[in-house]
Amino acid sequence: MKHIVVIGNGVAGSTAARHVRKRSDHKVTMISDENPLFYSRTALMYIYMGHMTVKDTQPYDYDFWKKNRIDLIQSRVTNINTKDQVLTLSNKQSVAYDSLVIATGSCSNKFGWPGQDLEGVQGLYHLQDLTTMENKTKNAKNAVVVGGGLIGIEMVEMLLTRGIKVTMLVRENGFWTNVLPKEDSDFIGNHISKHHVEMRYATELKEIIDDGSRHVKAIVTNKGDTINADFVGLTVGVHPNTQIVSGTEIETDRGILVDSNLQTSIKNVYAIGDCAQIRKPVAGRRPIEAVWYTGKIMGETVASHICDQPKEYDPGIWFNSAKFFDVEYQTYGTILPNPPENQESFFWKSSTKEVAIRLNFEKDTQHFVGANLFGIRGRHHVFQDWIKNKNTIKEVLEQFGHANFDPEFFKKYELEIIASFNTKYGKNISLKSKKGLGFLKGLRFSGR
Amino acid sequence: MNSVVSDKKFIELSSPQKIWLSVFALSLFMLFVALFGGGAKYPKVFLISTFGIGMLSGIVFIRKTYAYETAGIKNNFIMMMKHTAKGSTAWFFGILFTSFYVCLYWHADLLENLVRMVDPISYMLRAKAADQWFLYGTFYTACVLVMGYRMLLKYRHSRYQTVRTLSVMFFQLVFSYLIPSFLAKLNQPEFYFTYFWPLKYDALFPGSVASLRQSGNVGVFMLFWSVAMIAIATPLLTYFYGKRWYCSWVCGCGGLAETLGDPYRQLSDKSLKAWKTERVMIYSVTVLITITTILVWLDSVYGGGILGTLSASMKKWYGFFIGAAFSGVIGVGFYPLLGSRVWCRFGCPMAAILGILQKWFSKFRITTNGGQCISCGNCSTYCEMGIDVRWYAQRGQDISRASCVGCGVCSSVCPRGVLNLENGPKATRVLDEVSLVNMLHDKNKA
Repeated sequence: MKHIVVIGNGVAGSTAARHVRKRSDHKVTMISDENPLFYSRTALMYIYMGHMTVKDTQPYDYDFWKKNRIDLIQSRVTNINTKDQVLTLSNKQSVAYDSLVIATGSCSNKFGWPGQDLEGVQGLYHLQDLTTMENKTKNAKNAVVVGGGLIGIEMVEMLLTRGIKVTMLVRENGFWTNVLPKEDSDFIGNHISKHHVEMRYATELKEIIDDGSRHVKAIVTNKGDTINADFVGLTVGVHPNTQIVSGTEIETDRGILVDSNLQTSIKNVYAIGDCAQIRKPVAGRRPIEAVWYTGKIMGETVASHICDQPKEYDPGIWFNSAKFFDVEYQTYGTILPNPPENQESFFWKSSTKEVAIRLNFEKDTQHFVGANLFGIRGRHHVFQDWIKNKNTIKEVLEQFGHANFDPEFFKKYELEIIASFNTKYGKNISLKSKKGLGFLKGLRFSGR
Repeated sequence: MNSVVSDKKFIELSSPQKIWLSVFALSLFMLFVALFGGGAKYPKVFLISTFGIGMLSGIVFIRKTYAYETAGIKNNFIMMMKHTAKGSTAWFFGILFTSFYVCLYWHADLLENLVRMVDPISYMLRAKAADQWFLYGTFYTACVLVMGYRMLLKYRHSRYQTVRTLSVMFFQLVFSYLIPSFLAKLNQPEFYFTYFWPLKYDALFPGSVASLRQSGNVGVFMLFWSVAMIAIATPLLTYFYGKRWYCSWVCGCGGLAETLGDPYRQLSDKSLKAWKTERVMIYSVTVLITITTILVWLDSVYGGGILGTLSASMKKWYGFFIGAAFSGVIGVGFYPLLGSRVWCRFGCPMAAILGILQKWFSKFRITTNGGQCISCGNCSTYCEMGIDVRWYAQRGQDISRASCVGCGVCSSVCPRGVLNLENGPKATRVLDEVSLVNMLHDKNKA
């Protein structure tokens, strides 16, 4: 029996611990100083908005961890001794390990702006950030959120529920244009504007001004405009939290460097989730992918690597999701802001509802490569199969009903989408399958 | 953070909201005046100033609250407001509702002035004087309609919720209020076509059967209806659609829970202990009503010769503890403290039978969409039946639980489009944890 120690109880760490237990009888310990239990980081906004309490965001309670013999320690790891395989904790406790899994997540970026450490200026990543935000926004009237990404837009939504007037500074010319193609970005930007947010595109933060008591009073943009603010959200991305390995022999770059088995430069030490940087990522993927799902996939991979046999990390077909105010977003496969030379990109937007779809396919082979969905839910399995099996765009559109995951009675858009496609490309494709589970007939699904 | 804090900070009512809330408060005051004598003295005046003004101001207030924000889930501050997070306002309403039920079941004489107040409607609809049950039915229907309107606005981005809410409003108004009243007017049995044994526990008691048989062809049809609904329609509809066809589309108890109870759905207990208690209780009640029904029949056949007073006293005690105290006083009275589906979850024998059918003999499931779950917890939090939906969703499993009433709110509140209520081949339900790695590499189809 080995002792597997996991540092960090976020989704990556918790998944790793849980899967080690599923696959083995090893002793498992999970150490975190953020919160005694695993909670869903993606749900932080809902706590602030009063949809849920912290307790509601914790997927498993104490009994679960106890029953699964996963020991929880709430403390900070102050030293990793990779030679003797021993950790020192801030509570002076020593913990010896056979395998160590580092899953310390990310830290919010700050780019050295004057005044960035003033009171009322913060990012949003940790539970502690939420407590600070709660306190600092109690009497706030005006806020500025810097950075037009996912956490930024969440912060805007949070602040608006408290009746705070929000200005958002976005460096690019549109919302999230480093990820979304232009029409998609405009579509979301248009939705955001319905929520009375003052969007300032192509605008960057220059400095944050002190009110004389070490608290923010206003900000100045790179265009010289001054905007009054008693709260400033800095949501200009995150970077891997590698602090824990500084001073050790564990190699780092931007993140903790890992090989295809998620092992660091030191044997028996692994890094997973946001803090890990893959040395040789698979084609088309980035070395650091700080999203929920990759953390989960890595957690499962490392557990099976430690318990069963050597296992390579393979993230499969990319997928992700988000919600911009009232519009849900899902993406499957690779959709770049500007399609590569050999790709055709088809965008359709409903004329009546806030629904839009983008479908990319290769020009020569007609192979379907990916989709963006806005305000309409897609079936994960189906999109994944289409991309993996290299179905043609014609086949995809003919079977488009299968991919519809909207609830019953929702308006269906398949016919409109196909008609629009036919018009644009001079095709004559017709819908052959309707929405529903009929296509699963004869298939049997198993868990393992 | 997370504790119940002053409502004032979060709820800043607009002027129109303040005005209409005040009008509503006035109608509540008139209700008290009616209770203490006014109702019997000036029925029409008080009908208008209580029900009329109350429903109107309620509807306008709701409109002012919901219609001016964008469509979508806005459960803002639910965990912080006294009213919805078991604060003082919740206790106030809990005690108010409960006291009303206690009077209704055991001291209807105290409600006499209110009963007289609804006489004009009763004469119009039923051609006879009102009793406490007609008063109750009128209140009940008013609540379902006004709070149903609230549901329609709050979930207007979801056609599933719109259609379902219209359904419960329709069945309450037409089948549980107008049709029974109309039947009474025609001197026929006041029959409820949407309540069957064992929820309406005395529906198949010898006394009920005998009285229906004496009522000629209409009565015989009603008897046939009662038996056919529970014996044929229930298994068939549940096979195709799950128990939701009844619990969250047709049933009056469900109708009230889905409308008046919606602000309290998050209060359901999600602990494992509550699930265990639920299973023991709901099946015990089902066994109890089955035995009682059999005993009552034995007693009727053998004329009390063998069983003595046993069946009569069981019938009486079931009516007291389960029929009145559990389903009414606790089930609805404690909405603001225990959540909206306490009776449906822990007590209703009809739900128990539907649940067994749903779990083992139905095409229904809530599909989990591949690996898209982010474990946020909205689904579990807003499940009125206390199902830990997230437990399944984050493991890629479909949700196939006996207690699920198919309200669809988990799917509505999910920010990532993970959950969907679907009917499909039973064998395609995914009932074990799915490894995300396997799912991504397509190793789950066997």
